[in-house]
Amino acid sequence: MRTIQLLFAALPFALACSAVHAQTARTPWGHPDLQGSWSNATLTPLQRPADLKDKEFFTPEEARAWVQQRLAATSADANLERDKASGNIGSYNDAWTDRGNDIVPTRRTSLIVEPANGRVPPFTAAAQREHEANLAHAKAHPADTPEDRYLTERCIVFGGGAAPMLPEPYNNNYYIVQTPDYVTIMAELNHEVRIIPIDGRPHLPTDVTQWTGDSRGRFEGDTLVVETTNQKPHRHFYGVQMLDSVMSNDFRVVEQFTRTARDQIRYRATVYDPVFTAPWTVELFMHPQAGELVEFACHEGNYGMRGLLSAVREEERRAAEGKR
Amino acid sequence: MRSILLLLTVCVAVLGGSAHAQSSRPGDIPRLANGKPNFSGVWQSLTTANWNVLTHGASAGPPEYGALLATPPGYGIVEGDSIPYLPAAALQQQRNYASRFKEDPELKCYMPGVPRANYMPYPLQIFHSDSHLLFTYQFAGAARIINLGAPQPSAIDSWMGVSNARWDGDTLVVDVSGFNGQAWLDRAGNHMGPALHVVERYTLVGPDAIDYSATLEDPQTFSRPWSMRFRLLRNPDTHAHLMEFKCVPFTEELLYGDVYKRPQP
Repeated sequence: MRTIQLLFAALPFALACSAVHAQTARTPWGHPDLQGSWSNATLTPLQRPADLKDKEFFTPEEARAWVQQRLAATSADANLERDKASGNIGSYNDAWTDRGNDIVPTRRTSLIVEPANGRVPPFTAAAQREHEANLAHAKAHPADTPEDRYLTERCIVFGGGAAPMLPEPYNNNYYIVQTPDYVTIMAELNHEVRIIPIDGRPHLPTDVTQWTGDSRGRFEGDTLVVETTNQKPHRHFYGVQMLDSVMSNDFRVVEQFTRTARDQIRYRATVYDPVFTAPWTVELFMHPQAGELVEFACHEGNYGMRGLLSAVREEERRAAEGKR
Repeated sequence: MRSILLLLTVCVAVLGGSAHAQSSRPGDIPRLANGKPNFSGVWQSLTTANWNVLTHGASAGPPEYGALLATPPGYGIVEGDSIPYLPAAALQQQRNYASRFKEDPELKCYMPGVPRANYMPYPLQIFHSDSHLLFTYQFAGAARIINLGAPQPSAIDSWMGVSNARWDGDTLVVDVSGFNGQAWLDRAGNHMGPALHVVERYTLVGPDAIDYSATLEDPQTFSRPWSMRFRLLRNPDTHAHLMEFKCVPFTEELLYGDVYKRPQP
């Protein structure tokens, strides 16, 4: 009997809830439904180009012009002859690349929204010295072993597969699956799956580090908030948008995923790492993409690594011969 | 404003309650809100099939590793305990066996393929919702999106294939094709080719066990289709989830060491 009374008492709430919930697609257990295939491809660069100075947003007209100019400048097909003349033998063509056809819908001039200048904050003095030492090492040892090369070339981590999820020049596709205890985000690049527990379990012990860190999530209202720690420090971490960086053991990222429209997830991520003089925040938008993710077997087909190392060995051999 | 907050709080309670209302009776299998079996969880097989899918005794590993890399003995998982190879494929298996410590794709941290991924001595984790299904494997971070919608053809040949699922009662039937033919079945060099077509069947036989079977068909390698079966058991640790096992860095010296620059003595 009491059950029936409770049922009637709950009924108006259930009806009201369905009205509130109508705004956001929900999983059967009530979380905002982020599932399916998404893309975060965009022409907007991570950092505001220097020539845009203090311009934070484009007007619609400026945006159209900038997009056309950007598409023309980044087209490998259109620039084939120019690139050849400059000694570039060419690699990925336009069919391969995936930078999108537009900038972010806010018409902001950079993915970085904080600091206001749209740039990654400067390193601290100590981190700057480490950065310069890394650059000097890279110049002296361009390819002694794979460890001198970028993580992407080694097929270990790409920009989209770890926090902060930054777009890469190609394959910016993601597949999200949710359960009551997890949100999982599969990146097409390197078939990376971010497994994010959302049930309040603790992080890994601090001495256990991973290439993609250790992520824990929670829903705050309708926003999925993900905190990532336990990152294995690496100077080639952020993907091609930010090569040769520096990273500390205290690297931490807080991400926010909000389904702001049926066809949009707003993604924000703030990077906290004492190597920088300030935290910095990116904002970008994910849009549904048609079609399935395909297998990106990077390491299995990494003929480039052998080609690169053996070519540098050959250059060294010739240089040594020339000296003799 | 306060009334909206109150409403949201009650909504969470009502919806949370409806989610918990599906809790199962003892002996039942976990189910999704749509009534289908729920395969979510961390699973692992207790077989030694990754060393050899056929019944095998113990054998030595590379001598410098003593007992550490020896092959543990175990019963096989293949029906009839034999693989119906065509003559050339049987010879290939022997060549693979002879070169197993150089050529096994597992050694190189290559994706394990299907069905091998399911009986490696590492966990797999399944994420299953009413609308989506994702299999993730600890070894090499391999993953399979299991398509629950209209069957899709394979766009490219791949290590893990393209998986299209359908339900046969409470059994999840996954049709897998589009393989590149480079994966092996085990460390003993058992193998298949790019024409491989696998039909997997997953059946929950309790809250913590999946009966798994797979039928393998490859007319370029086998004289007839054949089947394997084993059980996947749930890791009951509530904190269990796959940790990162990126083995690529562990293979670089092995794969490219001959073109490294060594410090001059």
